Amino acid sequence: MSQSVYTMGIDIGSTATKGVILKDGSEIVGKIVIDVGAGTSGPKRAVEGILEQAGLAREDIQYVMATGYGRNALEIADFQMSELSCHARGAYFLFPHVHTIIDIGGQDAKALKIGDGGVLDNFVMNDKCAAGTGRFLDVIAHVLEVDVSELEELDAKSQNDVAISSTCTVFAESEVISQLAQGTKIEDIVKGIHSAIASRVGSLAKRVGIQDDVIMTGGVALNQGMVRALEANIGHSIHTSELCQLNGALGAALFGYQKYQNKAKKEARQAK
Amino acid sequence: MAKKVLEKIPGITPRPVEGHKPAAAVLRGVVDAVYGDAWDAKQRGELVGWSSSKFPIELAKAFDLQVVYPENHAATTAAKKDGLRLCNTAEDMGYDNDICGYARISLAFAAGEPTDARKMPQPDFVLCCNNICNMMTKWYENIARIHNIPMIMIDFPFQNTKDVSEEKIDYMVGQFEHAIHQLEELTGKKFDEEKFNAACDVANRTAAAWLKACSYMAYKPSPLSGFDLFNHMADIVAARCDVRAAEGFELLAEEFEQSVREGTSTWEYPEEHRILFEGIPCWPALRPLFEPLKNAGVNVTAVVYAPAFGFQYDGIREMAAAYSKAPCSVCIEDGVEWRETMAKENGISGALVNYNRSCKPWSGAMPEIERRWKEDLDIPVVHFDGDQADERNFSEEQYKTRVQGLVEIMDERKEAREAAGEEVYTNFDNTKPTDWSKPTI
Repeated sequence: MSQSVYTMGIDIGSTATKGVILKDGSEIVGKIVIDVGAGTSGPKRAVEGILEQAGLAREDIQYVMATGYGRNALEIADFQMSELSCHARGAYFLFPHVHTIIDIGGQDAKALKIGDGGVLDNFVMNDKCAAGTGRFLDVIAHVLEVDVSELEELDAKSQNDVAISSTCTVFAESEVISQLAQGTKIEDIVKGIHSAIASRVGSLAKRVGIQDDVIMTGGVALNQGMVRALEANIGHSIHTSELCQLNGALGAALFGYQKYQNKAKKEARQAK
Repeated sequence: MAKKVLEKIPGITPRPVEGHKPAAAVLRGVVDAVYGDAWDAKQRGELVGWSSSKFPIELAKAFDLQVVYPENHAATTAAKKDGLRLCNTAEDMGYDNDICGYARISLAFAAGEPTDARKMPQPDFVLCCNNICNMMTKWYENIARIHNIPMIMIDFPFQNTKDVSEEKIDYMVGQFEHAIHQLEELTGKKFDEEKFNAACDVANRTAAAWLKACSYMAYKPSPLSGFDLFNHMADIVAARCDVRAAEGFELLAEEFEQSVREGTSTWEYPEEHRILFEGIPCWPALRPLFEPLKNAGVNVTAVVYAPAFGFQYDGIREMAAAYSKAPCSVCIEDGVEWRETMAKENGISGALVNYNRSCKPWSGAMPEIERRWKEDLDIPVVHFDGDQADERNFSEEQYKTRVQGLVEIMDERKEAREAAGEEVYTNFDNTKPTDWSKPTI
């Protein structure tokens, strides 16, 4: 009986580290999210935690593929790839009809155009600015004295639209403070913030060319309030998965499996 | 983890043409000589001017005037890592950091902030035109005000049609005549038509040689990298009417010809991919810009910035038309055609665009030009935030991710095309060559 093949994908972002272990390129046997990213203990903790969870040792893993902002610093990785290709591959695994991916990460937002077969065709990323990123939501949540995880629920309660005109994190923060001072309800402010981000990220998606199915990945996709705002902005329904935050790590593990298969094929050819 | 770094291919370093110094060294010497000549003129008590890069310098050459180039000076200062300091000085003077980095460096220097990056004499007059960019007007006006010196200005209306109309030519030629009067007053000399014609002849010879040198990027593999051309651009900017530049470019073309015959190249790495690089490079970050490309075997074989300075003309009306066109001041249709034709001639499979924060006219047109490339050429196009002179506007890590993404897309496509037996690069078989030289009137 042939032995199982395990591959690990580690996505080291600016604010979180995510990990996935795949068995035979199809079954997720370990997954982890650590809430600190590049340059912290996060990557090490993610690797140790996920191995423990899957009951495996590093030697049991055929390929470790690193991705994300901190991909070049993971010592134990065999290879590294950009998070762009990894998100494409991960989303294709979860949604085979994907053609557009919107990923809002900790410090960047990106829209990816996916060709048939899950191939990355093109992409647009935000410029050097925190507007429209997860960091923007963190800052606003802090001002509102709520946890980021509460934003979805607050958004759902909103009855009135409040326009937040600025997508600059710093200016939006002062705009929010001004709204609070005027007695505007927190839920309406949250909805306004989601609309402001949707406007910014929607522009990226429109530039890359939106085609169904549209998938949203990254941790921000867990916030359905944000998803609804984005749907309204781009005029397409958006699919999400409970694995959306792990999507980049999943893609990396899938690339690891592809590496394993390519190597196995090459060895088989040489053995003939 | 071992990072993939491509090794140089041994034994393909180009050699100089027999009996000559390397063309790159010769061309470096020409620019140094231009600045040296200006210092000598200054010491003799002669007038020395500062000129914008695409001023019709043939007019000044008719008066034997020595000029130097603030744009070239700013680029060198930025490349030698002194640009940020001068940008800050300009900001302390009240100039906003949203304006062009070249302008900030130049204004700080004009106001007396020293730099060792390149020695340039202060000006006795300025020659300005707005064919490169409209903000040149205010930049040069302020230099003129700082030094209380004359400014000779030629207004080239933005070229928003493919053809330059006769009315526009009349307007520009009228300004040439006025500039000649101003130069006569400034120097106390009469306009020397013979010297003017001689300067035009040299300018045309220099342009022809430059365009020939640029054309060698079409070879596969290419005997050069587009980044080489960025380095040689100083000559086409600062020494167009100098026979030493013409000779330098002729030598450069000869060297590339020899490289093609001998299988050598200044790009000494495997040519895994060929791309178009759009925009001025980030001079303070040349290495971070180049390394990720080099490490992935990505040669730049198409750059619009370099050959666009190689225009030829016949007579003063064609000269006016030629000077009215620059990479960032032509209509979208011309802009797309220049770049797409070059992309097809030179065989590329992707494009990398610098959204140059210092150059609004250039970056402003890019989203539409990019869209056309994707549609017409079916290539991936990736852009990054950059700046020609202000290093604060470039993020190395963000750039790396974008380049890696571009390479991953090109890898996938290359594999699929090779498997299908198709041409990997945009092919030029069915296109006409780029007509840089002929100004349409």
